[in-house]
Amino acid sequence: MDKTVTNVAAAVADIPDGASVMIGGFGGAGSPIELIHALIDRFRATGHPTGLTVINNNAGNGHVGLAALIEAGMVRKLICSFPRSADPVVFTQAYQEGRIELELVPQGTLAERIRAGGAGIPAFYTPTSFGTDLAAGKPVELFEGRSYVRERWLKADFALVKAETADTHGNLTYRAASRNFGPLMCMAAAIAVVQARRVLPAGGIDPEQVVTPGIFVQRVVEVARPVQEEDLNRARATYPLEAE
Amino acid sequence: MMDKLTDNQIAWRAAQDIADGAYVNLGIGLPEKVAQYQPPGREAVFHTENGILNFGESPASGAEDWDLINAGKKAVTLKPGASFFHHADSFAMVRGGHLDVAILGAYEVAQNGDLANWSTGPKGVPAVGGAMDLVHGAKRVAVITGHVTRDGRPKLLERCTLPLTGVGCVTRVYTSLAVIDVADGRFVLREKLPALSIDALQAVTGARLLTPGPVADLICPEL
Repeated sequence: MDKTVTNVAAAVADIPDGASVMIGGFGGAGSPIELIHALIDRFRATGHPTGLTVINNNAGNGHVGLAALIEAGMVRKLICSFPRSADPVVFTQAYQEGRIELELVPQGTLAERIRAGGAGIPAFYTPTSFGTDLAAGKPVELFEGRSYVRERWLKADFALVKAETADTHGNLTYRAASRNFGPLMCMAAAIAVVQARRVLPAGGIDPEQVVTPGIFVQRVVEVARPVQEEDLNRARATYPLEAE
Repeated sequence: MMDKLTDNQIAWRAAQDIADGAYVNLGIGLPEKVAQYQPPGREAVFHTENGILNFGESPASGAEDWDLINAGKKAVTLKPGASFFHHADSFAMVRGGHLDVAILGAYEVAQNGDLANWSTGPKGVPAVGGAMDLVHGAKRVAVITGHVTRDGRPKLLERCTLPLTGVGCVTRVYTSLAVIDVADGRFVLREKLPALSIDALQAVTGARLLTPGPVADLICPEL
């Protein structure tokens, strides 16, 4: 068994128009920038994919990564908890001009919906959002005297996730707080595509240290020196990089 | 202009109620200051919902590790005994009753404990983050806030006028003028600035303040 693919372009080559794509990361921590940029490269070369539904905690920052994906016009709908950032201009403009649809989900509910999607649980009840505008139209039930809102699972066609170490079976470890949504999104996507700083042979990760078991991962690609969104934004980078 | 506590003093006062060994989530902004004022000899463990327990202060400029950030996306450091976890576990800690205290900011608090702190209305891009999760599950949900808005309107009200974050969730409010509990759907005054009369405090509060017990002097160090 070997889930490695040769490069990021090959890793995202079959994501079709209209696909739902979970993208890991909270801010820049865990953001799979190279996979996102590979998707933008493909769109610039072929016009595809477009009309994507993207699930991420945020809505991008500056003009790189998820913000660049939105800026390229590839995203039809965003499901997220916090579409604001230090530099949210790309999403904000697209939203205000009606070019992108927003489904706003409380952060913990977003995480649990993704977990439920990966765990085969179609719905669950949570106290979060009860009595608020974000619970409008959702079923409510009383448990032990408290009201809870019914929320549905969230699944996706693809997940793009950044890990620290992977092995050829797709077992993963993460680095620090970049773990955030990665383990959940790998579970909830039909095809989880992972970029890892190191890819080791099977046995290269101590089983005791595995955070995401390989059963949840379909593709692994090594990106040995990943860029960090914060560093790109401090350098005022845009993607694609302007020619000349 | 009425004398009032500084933001640092409000944070200091809130910190005095955090027990040794408590697990605590501090909201983004003003609540983050509470961590600076832990009383000597007490050690609380701070939770950040993006996936760290027991994080510490910001690193020096230039020493940031952008995989090591808090919910406000500021770089942090780790203290001995820290741990990392994914988002579903993180919010299980929140909703599952595992946190002792959550301290949040507020636009408005109602006397029944309703909190509005995520939206100022339909303008702009809506963003909620973890606000609606954090108000559920912690054993105490406290608010720290100026007593009135910048333009002088009461923030403590009979009913919230802004979109709610949570219903009946707040248990205590630390303001720039007073410490007020929410009990049985009413505001109960526990502490106030010594020079401030109850009538003067009532005049800048949008709901009735009850005083069923003694009202202590709210005294903070210069901060």
